[in-house]
Amino acid sequence: MQEWTGLLPAFPLAGFVLLVLSRGRMPRGIAGVIGAGSVGLSFLLALTIAIGVLNNGGQAYTTVLWQWMQVGDFAPGFSFYVDGLTLVMILVISGVGFLIHLYATAYMADDPGFARFFSYMNLFVAAMLVLVLADNLLLLYLGWEGVGLCSYLLIGFWYDKPENGYAARKAFVVTRVGDTSMAIGLFLLFSQLGTLNIQQMLMLAPQQWSVGSGIAVAASALLLGGAVGKSAQLPLQTWLPDAMAGPTPISALIHAATMVTAGVYLIARTHVLFELAPSVQLLVAFIGLATLLMSGFTALTQTDIKRILAYSTISQIGYMFLALGVGAWSAAVFHLMTHAFFKALLFLAAGTVILSLHHEQDIFRMGAMRRRLPVSFWCFLVGSAALTALPFTSGFYSKDEILLAALGQEHYGMLLWTGGVLGAFLTALYSFRLVFVVFFGRDRHQGSSHGEDHAHAAVMEAMSPVMFFPLLLLGLLALGGGFIHVPVDTVFGAVHEEVHASQFLHALMILIPIFGVVIAWGVYGSASYQKAGEHLRERLLAAPIGRRAYRFWFSGWGMDALYQWLFVNPFMVLARLNRKDAVDQIYGWVAQAARVGNSVVVMLQTGNLRWYAISLVGGMVLVIGLGVWR
Amino acid sequence: MIVGWLIAILFLGGALAWASEALDAQLPKFIALLALLGSAVLVGWLALSGQANPLSPQGQWWVLADANWIPRFGIRFAVGVDGLSLLMLLLTVFLGLMALGAAWHEIRERSGFFYFNLLWTLAGVVGVFTSLDLFLFFFFWEVMLIPMYLIIAIWGHENRAYAAMKFFLFTQVSGLLLLFAIVCLAWFHAQQFGAFSFDYFALQDVVLEGRVQTWLMLGFFVGFATKLPAFPFHAWLPDAHSQAPTAGSVLLAGVLLKTGAYGLIRFTVPLFPEASASFAPFAMGLAAVGILYCAKLAFAQQDLKRLIAYTSVSHMGFVLLGVYAWNLYGLQGAVMTMLAHGFSAAALFMIAGGLQHRLHTRDMQRMSGLWSRLPMLSAMALFFTVAAVGMPGLGNFIGEFLSLLGAFQASRVATVFAALGLVLSAVYSLWVIQKVFHGPLLLPAGQGREPDGGLADLGTVELLCYGLMALGLLWMGLYPQSFLAHSASVLEALLQQTGTPGGGG
Repeated sequence: MQEWTGLLPAFPLAGFVLLVLSRGRMPRGIAGVIGAGSVGLSFLLALTIAIGVLNNGGQAYTTVLWQWMQVGDFAPGFSFYVDGLTLVMILVISGVGFLIHLYATAYMADDPGFARFFSYMNLFVAAMLVLVLADNLLLLYLGWEGVGLCSYLLIGFWYDKPENGYAARKAFVVTRVGDTSMAIGLFLLFSQLGTLNIQQMLMLAPQQWSVGSGIAVAASALLLGGAVGKSAQLPLQTWLPDAMAGPTPISALIHAATMVTAGVYLIARTHVLFELAPSVQLLVAFIGLATLLMSGFTALTQTDIKRILAYSTISQIGYMFLALGVGAWSAAVFHLMTHAFFKALLFLAAGTVILSLHHEQDIFRMGAMRRRLPVSFWCFLVGSAALTALPFTSGFYSKDEILLAALGQEHYGMLLWTGGVLGAFLTALYSFRLVFVVFFGRDRHQGSSHGEDHAHAAVMEAMSPVMFFPLLLLGLLALGGGFIHVPVDTVFGAVHEEVHASQFLHALMILIPIFGVVIAWGVYGSASYQKAGEHLRERLLAAPIGRRAYRFWFSGWGMDALYQWLFVNPFMVLARLNRKDAVDQIYGWVAQAARVGNSVVVMLQTGNLRWYAISLVGGMVLVIGLGVWR
Repeated sequence: MIVGWLIAILFLGGALAWASEALDAQLPKFIALLALLGSAVLVGWLALSGQANPLSPQGQWWVLADANWIPRFGIRFAVGVDGLSLLMLLLTVFLGLMALGAAWHEIRERSGFFYFNLLWTLAGVVGVFTSLDLFLFFFFWEVMLIPMYLIIAIWGHENRAYAAMKFFLFTQVSGLLLLFAIVCLAWFHAQQFGAFSFDYFALQDVVLEGRVQTWLMLGFFVGFATKLPAFPFHAWLPDAHSQAPTAGSVLLAGVLLKTGAYGLIRFTVPLFPEASASFAPFAMGLAAVGILYCAKLAFAQQDLKRLIAYTSVSHMGFVLLGVYAWNLYGLQGAVMTMLAHGFSAAALFMIAGGLQHRLHTRDMQRMSGLWSRLPMLSAMALFFTVAAVGMPGLGNFIGEFLSLLGAFQASRVATVFAALGLVLSAVYSLWVIQKVFHGPLLLPAGQGREPDGGLADLGTVELLCYGLMALGLLWMGLYPQSFLAHSASVLEALLQQTGTPGGGG
């Protein structure tokens, strides 16, 4: 099946073309079949390719579709490289992608832009597949920019609301800052190594650069710039929470399961470069740690269900960065996969809640949803358990690997581990705060008429199996995905030595999330929540420090305001002040001077004979005077 | 003689179009169409026909005409085509057709004279791209200018007289410097070889002392940089573009700007290699400043055409950057940017013109949410905007990436600053999409109020034009080799002949 690799992105691309050419006049049924079916075909193909490769002992291969260009030594191709890492990625993208597409056919059923939605979705999947299949960094960059474009288009999908457009532009521009850093990294890599082919680079770099050399540090730092932009890590994480303006399936597909993990993929793919720059690799770990803690605190204060999930995504990718930073490449990829399962599940379940409440997203206007939407409730519960890393869920195994690897870091092991465990506690707290507030307690939704709403939700649950099949399947994966073995041992070389943590630390790692759940129950879930919980909240917020911390965390640690003040405002002021182009004004002065000169000369031309005579004499005196003086 | 025929067809077609207006007001545009199709056939034939009669030692010239013109000064009518010229001719003829498409329904008054000017401008451009004699080159340089001046001055918008005069003055003053430098060069040739010559190859043998070389190089540079335009010589372009009729903008942005870049590649650096090498860091600095400065200006504009005009200047900065990197990557990047920007800018100006035609305004403050009323036009606008942002898979990316890749070998600082232009281009481009096509629907007063009246989506001619340009950009983005292959040997020969001041490549 290897010769068919090129078809992987071609199916969704064809879907995109068909949907665009239909110009929205295609019946929804057909548009939905094309939209979801094309991704389904990709998944089937990915599955057969994976089986073939794994039966072949995980042997990597390259398929060349065509030579992209040839300029001197610069000869990137449209070529795909498939190894274990690629397999994981294409299976996640097409598999989870297909489930989300399926779900979206029901979720978006009433939207007038149905075909447009699926065309963008298909284009996204195609670009994402190219990103992970690319055998050279230029083709990877094509996918990289392509997914960014689709992310922009889909965040701003409901374009009549200017705030959606703002969120979309913010996402594109902020990630483009990272992309530009990555592009400069590409220039540097090419000028040093003479190729952008990833496998060749990974082979040449250790031969030409010593560990810790300036070039290695610069190159990997520039690539890291791209990765933090795409994966919403510090300091470029500000775009992701706003990106929730898009329809919920988008948040599940792009801003949880696939695109935002592209940065993790990039670093894992070029891990040799990072190993050559230990300082940058350590930076990756600390960026991950700082991001996961920061967004953990922020998630605690948010009230919008999707924003909570968005901050939790940022935080979980922080764990992946932590893993990358300590060299636990396969743990990072493992967590990438399990996260894709449970976070997609959480978003899709949240989507049904939101839809059943007519696009209500404030969790304090929900409540008691477990009775209205039992399936969604159970799915959400499973997803939250996996997110919290409760024992035997998929998230437990992947997070466990990461924390153990962090502990094994040479110098900062204990610090990284403690931070990670604290993050796990925060995760438990905010996830189950969400669960208890939304699904338990009293119904606080002020909808139209209560009974009607209830009926609406019940009808929705019963009527749309295409929404619940994906939920159930993802629920199973979120539970059991920890038993899937990611076939990346051949990619990352020797398996890392097992880190032996004491029984005590192990117990802590298991108990702390559970402890978090218990606290969340105490504050938000128990029957006395309405009194005691709210009382506690009020007491905390009444204290000046508590209020300030709450506000600070709620605003995402003031990063938006900082960037507004640092970059956006100066640019706007500059743009406004110089709208008329100062350079043009200078030419304007030249023209002005010419005009003034002209009018002076015109004034001299009075037609007055006496005036002419005087100037004639004056001129002669001047000339003679000059001659005499010299 | 094919090039001679090409120029003749355009000149004669223009004259015929003007004359035919007396018979029927509809006739001129069909004559123009015939003339352009005829020249398209000729250029296609050129592209396919073999390489006959190599003149230059490098052997990549296909000389097609060479005759005495003014023998006393060694002036010849020498025209020839090589891979680089061929690409430029393809661009010229193709965008000529697009300009015709833009004018098809827009130009109603004095259409005969309009098409005369259109075709004569194109004739001048073809001459510029093929001249092998610098005097002839300058002759065509002027031929291209005056009809364009008339197009702006007669068929332009509300402030056309000012814009046309500004265009004329900038081009003329810089052209004068160019002419002066050319004559000086010919004079030095007479000094060293005993006879005047304006021959491109003969002038390359003239040995110039350092300071003289620098001054003459600057004369050429200012002449071409004004046309390109490069910062700080760009001030004429926003006015010319915003006032020109759509077809005029298409030609200006798509073709005329590229003559400046062509001049830098073909003449400035090869004739003055040492002076250019020492000037290169400065030119690359200008390029980086221009990219950022004009991107910022673009963002501040409210007049849609003016905005696109500033983006043009910003993108031409990548051409300047690539040329002065003077290695194969940078030069190929410059050439690809010329082609791709020709397509995308022409399309964007046509979209701006189409919007003005429908809404009678270019003021973005008075537009919003047009996607719901004009879905096809908006989708096309999105496509070409995305191309201009430098999305991989479309032509502009190849050009900008190669330019930067080449520039990085020559000047890392300039490259890093220029690369920041990628961020700013996203800022202004997405702002246009947001302001004009997204957001709540808003139409200028009195426009499209009646149901389905007043606002029509793309017509057949428009759809055809946009479709062809979109396919062209996809082709350039996915298989640029078809274009790069034509210019590769030419650029390699130029590099070999001048040495490689930029290093690399």
